[in-house]
Amino acid sequence: MLLELTSEQELFRSTTAKFLERHAPAAQLRRLQNDTAGFGNDYWQRGAELGWTSLLVAERDGGVSISGRGLVDLTLAAYEFGRHAAPGPLVSTNVVAAALSAAGKSRDLIGSLMDGTSIAAWCMSEGPPNDGLGKIGLDVAIVGNELVLNGVKRPVESAAQTSHLLVTGRTGNGLTQVLVPTPTKGVSVIPMRGIDLTRRFSVVTFDDVRVPAMSALGPLGEAGGDVERQLQLALVLLCAEAVGAMQAAFDMTLEWAFDRYSFGRPLASYQALKHRFAHMTAWLHASHAITDEAARAVAEEAPEAAELVSAAKAYVGDYGTELVQECVQLHGGIGVTFEHDLHLFLRRVTLSRTLLGTPHVHRRRLARLVATKETVS
Amino acid sequence: MSGEVESIASFRERARAFIRSNLRPATKKAVSSTLRPARADEEELAAVAHERRLQRTFFDGGLAGICVPRAYGGQELTPAHQMVLNAELRGYEYPSRVQVPTFTPILSVLLEFGTEEQKLARIPAILKGEELWMQFLSEPSCGSDVAGAVTTAVRSGNEWVLNGSKVWTTGAWWSDWALCLTRTNWDAPKHAGLTVFMFPIKTPGIEVGRIEMLNGSKEFCQEFLSDVRVPDTNRIGGVDDGWTVGTRWMFHERMARNSPLVTAPEGEIRAGGTGATMHAIARAAGRLEDPSAQALIGEAQTLHLVGGALRRRIGHGIVTRTLSDQSSAIARLFIGLAEARRTTVAFELAGEAGVAWTNGDGDLAEWGVDFLIRQATCIGGGTTEMAANVISERVLKMPREEAHDRDRPFRDVPRKSKRA
Repeated sequence: MLLELTSEQELFRSTTAKFLERHAPAAQLRRLQNDTAGFGNDYWQRGAELGWTSLLVAERDGGVSISGRGLVDLTLAAYEFGRHAAPGPLVSTNVVAAALSAAGKSRDLIGSLMDGTSIAAWCMSEGPPNDGLGKIGLDVAIVGNELVLNGVKRPVESAAQTSHLLVTGRTGNGLTQVLVPTPTKGVSVIPMRGIDLTRRFSVVTFDDVRVPAMSALGPLGEAGGDVERQLQLALVLLCAEAVGAMQAAFDMTLEWAFDRYSFGRPLASYQALKHRFAHMTAWLHASHAITDEAARAVAEEAPEAAELVSAAKAYVGDYGTELVQECVQLHGGIGVTFEHDLHLFLRRVTLSRTLLGTPHVHRRRLARLVATKETVS
Repeated sequence: MSGEVESIASFRERARAFIRSNLRPATKKAVSSTLRPARADEEELAAVAHERRLQRTFFDGGLAGICVPRAYGGQELTPAHQMVLNAELRGYEYPSRVQVPTFTPILSVLLEFGTEEQKLARIPAILKGEELWMQFLSEPSCGSDVAGAVTTAVRSGNEWVLNGSKVWTTGAWWSDWALCLTRTNWDAPKHAGLTVFMFPIKTPGIEVGRIEMLNGSKEFCQEFLSDVRVPDTNRIGGVDDGWTVGTRWMFHERMARNSPLVTAPEGEIRAGGTGATMHAIARAAGRLEDPSAQALIGEAQTLHLVGGALRRRIGHGIVTRTLSDQSSAIARLFIGLAEARRTTVAFELAGEAGVAWTNGDGDLAEWGVDFLIRQATCIGGGTTEMAANVISERVLKMPREEAHDRDRPFRDVPRKSKRA
């Protein structure tokens, strides 16, 4: 998170933080473990009123601006989501709202995403071997006045709660994006099991799904740039959320080191452990720093955005999980129990590490970006 | 000062105009590493002379000492102006050897602790590139434990007589002045018997030797001080109060390129190599299509970008006081380890040509030598272990390590193993 916030940004952050402290305490997260949706409609709508889903929407579509860089503002909410391991499809709903607004599509749906009465999901990833930013295999064909979709998307967040799905598919050699109402014939949503207590994912199958040609966001086969933009938005938000979870786990573990005594001394007095805390401090600040720079670059659509985003995902992905696993180790046995809160954050960083490309995938993506630059220069 | 502070916008215009008409583009090499042995002495001396002239050009252009008071020849502007200059300097040559340690920590220490006469005498000469300084700090018997200095200064009338040895001074053989930490009282506790002096390196009694590093570099020096006479007017701070100066000295040293006194192109990389470096090595090795090589290139670029972002965050936080001064140790720890890792990555990509090469191996050659001296980035300027101590004890406020060198006369502090 940025070291300095404007008073408006700080108000947005602290309002979200207070709301989550009240409505998403650890006990509530544990209760939601067996809930089908993983969050309540009332919770989501009240959060939406705070601005959770309005920041990436253009002002002409009713979007809200805090600092003029909506993505930077939204990372504050994502950070607090991480710090509280909060429920709700923050990333996917915002990405879909941003995509629709950028395409000038479906103002009604944008409105209901902003007021929290609707949820939408981005159907991007596919199963192995196409997972991890691999090839998009879902086929979008044009037949008369209709688009026909065939393929399988997974994991899709909160698909069972959605009214609409934004589907990224392939038409020939190019990408196409289509907005599909979830209840459309041929769409099936099968819940998956997963590691997070409140985040739900599904396999969504498109079996000869037919929608009007006007459901496409832009010309067929030309959505590559839009998909890249959505990917950058989603990656920044995933990283910001991971940084929040890292901060929560670190703060909790630092306190533990001062409170816990072994052999008549606090853990915080052992140099072997002090140095591990020093390294964790460096990882934590580095994760804050790269995520904030990536957020700024993506918000400004700067040329270095793609590189910074992948550097953030590679770094925060690796060191987010490494830091929280260190926190577990420093807690000892209590750190691997369900009763302790640490696993709430471990689940969250593990999810953020893996969705939309593992650190390894993003390192290779960075190598390609470097190669492109070096070939041009 | 009178009048208003120059606006950032007008300063930027002025800096741009200056850079365009006075500086050459930085020489761009596909592969570079500061771990590589330096060039021949004549070339090094020519480079030093060129940088002195460059510094003079900055001075004449009103762009030297951005945050230094006008009374001492500076511009009396703000850290924000310095950041603008650094941003505008991207891709251009600049006087790199003048920055660390001359501008920080030494100029910072002079500004904080020098008398008015000392500042008036030394600082304008520094800003004009006439005086390059070195820190006489580490000693053969104490590296990280700098307060354990045993180089002794004894008073003799209006003078002090210094005896001892200092080490790890980069480029002392072409430098002009030194800032030196000495012991003036062996009966006081360790931190209460130190005093700081400044003097020209050419003072009689100082012998400068060059240390050959394992990679052939001879940039580091060791000085032997034999009855070196220094006037009391060259004392910085109080007698036996040198640790007050010393703690700030260490702080300014850790600030390094985060210091608002340092002029250096934003994002410039000094060691370790970027993704572009690794790309060049992998290309020379014909490994660009190898997924594991791609992952290594990406890892180096990640560390490069994250290190830059972290440096900016910490620097900004210290300037705006949202982070404590001690937080500079966080950047030091990260960057030391990240540079060491990048050296390993380069060596890995180079393969066998890294350990045995021909003149035709180009970008692949020599990386094994860099690998041999890899740990230098985690040692020089305070080890990463010391940085970890500072972070845990000063930033996180964890209990300090037990020490056996406080509350007893320094002469009684154990300094040698009792093992036979």
